[in-house]
Amino acid sequence: MNELIEKLLEAVEFGKVDLKSPYPPQLRGQDGSFELTQKAIETGINPQLILESALIPAMERVGKKFSENKIFVPQMLMSAKAMGASMVQLKPFFASGSIKTKGTFIIGTVKGDLHDIGKNLVAMMVEGGGWSIIDLGVDVNADRFVEALENNPGAVIGLSALLTTTMVNMGEIVTRIKAQNADTKVLIGGAPVNDEFCRKIGADFYAPDPQKAVEYLNKLAS
Amino acid sequence: MKLCALVFWWQKHNIMKYKSLIINNPEDLMFGIAPKPVKTRRGLEIGGGQVYAELNFTLPIMSINEGTLKEVYNHYREIAEGALEHAVHLNSKGVVLEFETLLEMTKTPSIGVEIVKIMNDICEEYYQKHGLASEIRLTPNDLREFERPALQRTSKFLEPMVELFERGMMAGGDLLSIESTGGKEVSDEALMMCDVKGVLFALAVLGVRDMQFLWGKIVSLANKHGKIAAGDSACGFANTAMVLAEKKYIPKVFAAMVRVISVVRSIVAMEQGAVGPDKDCGYEGPFLKAITGIPISMEGKTSACAHFSPLGNIASACADLWSNESVQNIKLLSGMAPTAYLEQLEYDARLMNEALRAGKMHCSILQQLLVSSDIYTDPQALILAPENVIRISKAIVKGDSYVANARDGALTALDIIEEALLSGKMKLPEMETSFLPIFRDDLNSIPDSENDFIAMMLPMLDPGKFILSEYGL
Repeated sequence: MNELIEKLLEAVEFGKVDLKSPYPPQLRGQDGSFELTQKAIETGINPQLILESALIPAMERVGKKFSENKIFVPQMLMSAKAMGASMVQLKPFFASGSIKTKGTFIIGTVKGDLHDIGKNLVAMMVEGGGWSIIDLGVDVNADRFVEALENNPGAVIGLSALLTTTMVNMGEIVTRIKAQNADTKVLIGGAPVNDEFCRKIGADFYAPDPQKAVEYLNKLAS
Repeated sequence: MKLCALVFWWQKHNIMKYKSLIINNPEDLMFGIAPKPVKTRRGLEIGGGQVYAELNFTLPIMSINEGTLKEVYNHYREIAEGALEHAVHLNSKGVVLEFETLLEMTKTPSIGVEIVKIMNDICEEYYQKHGLASEIRLTPNDLREFERPALQRTSKFLEPMVELFERGMMAGGDLLSIESTGGKEVSDEALMMCDVKGVLFALAVLGVRDMQFLWGKIVSLANKHGKIAAGDSACGFANTAMVLAEKKYIPKVFAAMVRVISVVRSIVAMEQGAVGPDKDCGYEGPFLKAITGIPISMEGKTSACAHFSPLGNIASACADLWSNESVQNIKLLSGMAPTAYLEQLEYDARLMNEALRAGKMHCSILQQLLVSSDIYTDPQALILAPENVIRISKAIVKGDSYVANARDGALTALDIIEEALLSGKMKLPEMETSFLPIFRDDLNSIPDSENDFIAMMLPMLDPGKFILSEYGL
């Protein structure tokens, strides 16, 4: 593997954002993902290769470590920040169409519910997995999901809820989404929901944690 | 006149009123006994030598709308009747029913008021028929978090919240509480980043100011109607941290820091005139009890129906009410879940009451067992041991600003955790302990002065996330 790609992979995996960043201590004083991506582009490495050989594998490693309880969320967030710094450099290539994401993922916490920590983690991990994210925020009703789907045909939808009195709103949203396009895939997550509830409301997948959401989406994209 | 001048001075300078502890000795920080007990309308004396059950409950999976309102009311009727009937059967000394409202019940206060009325009628019936003393703790949810950035002082949601408090207390809600959310818009992100300075800013600057604003109103309403302004809980902050730590999302040592920092925020309710019992999910309660002398409600192993925690036994070490956090009204093999949980709470309370009846030595032995069974299993348990509560509380009250109070408390908690690690009594993995020097450096970088701290933090925070003027800044 190209040395720059290897270094970039390491920078993203361990959350080294840029040269100035003091985190992580073992990479202090070294280039971060921002500079390494810039150098990779300048040396003529294909931007799609940068994405697929460095950024996505780095975030896959991070997701795996998190799933295995080997790192905490802040470390994962630092990796996401490092990936974000690379994406700044890659932005023009996304705009010109020379890099493609795996698809679009629309996510939101359902109507009546304000809890967004789990939703944000899923969004971050899915983005790290090479997807475009449209985060609708919290307290999102069916109309807004349907509207976002209209604007992004083919997108996959993610619904989050933390309360027993708001999870019931997922059913209506799934019905509206499927009425708009029966082929649209909907995944759900949150403390009170489970596989049985997922099947009951006609959703396609229950993700017990962020990594499982990424794995499901990657299967859809493959 | 001197007292008035003093009150005016601490309010003007925005510093903590408490400069010393009411309970100075760990052995005096005991379940069932508070220096300032609270007497209720039907005769409960909370903190007066008895521990009572505080039952908390919620609806099963269902929507709340016009079409389901009758069913909603029936659920609450069934919960209250089932719990009180079983309390009589168990020879209960008294029960608190906590009614924590759901969104729709606060947005439309008449729904919340009707539920209070239903439950209060049942409480009165059991009082008249069986002499069972019970009271309702009314806890409206803080609707202001529906707006981002939050409009803490100008939100249209304040009106229904205040209406529910006032009409709800007139309908029989005697103990008033809330889990207020001032500063949560900053805290949520800080928790995920393990940003101790961000959490301290959220709780000791924004949280304190919002508590001053909100609890001034609640206390004034309670006084107007002769009701009891009980207390607040840093649930949305420190319990979020505890649950995230349980899921292994953030280090347990960080969750312990957040708990201690939350003390300076929750104590503001008492500064404004709240008298307890502090709210069940506020695990900062033991610190409030030590500093102010109020009775507290706590929850531990009996709250596993709502969330897991590492504090199952130790949480009851100085509880005056013993709670279950929240349980859905669903059928179990024995009966409905709230009734089953009432039984569990009653048996725990009965054991503590038997120790209280037998005398100080028995209380001390029971408390030691409750503490020693948990203390070194988790840093969050460690800081709740009575001797550590007193040590941390003494550090908290020394400072001359809420910021310094919170910082010094957190640094003392760090000392206690490191001492336990050094002694070998507590073991934590390297992925936990590696955070300790980072937290210490962060805490040591915090200045004494609130103004200096605000100046330090503002460039580091996203200005789009919160509105300073909504906190009176």
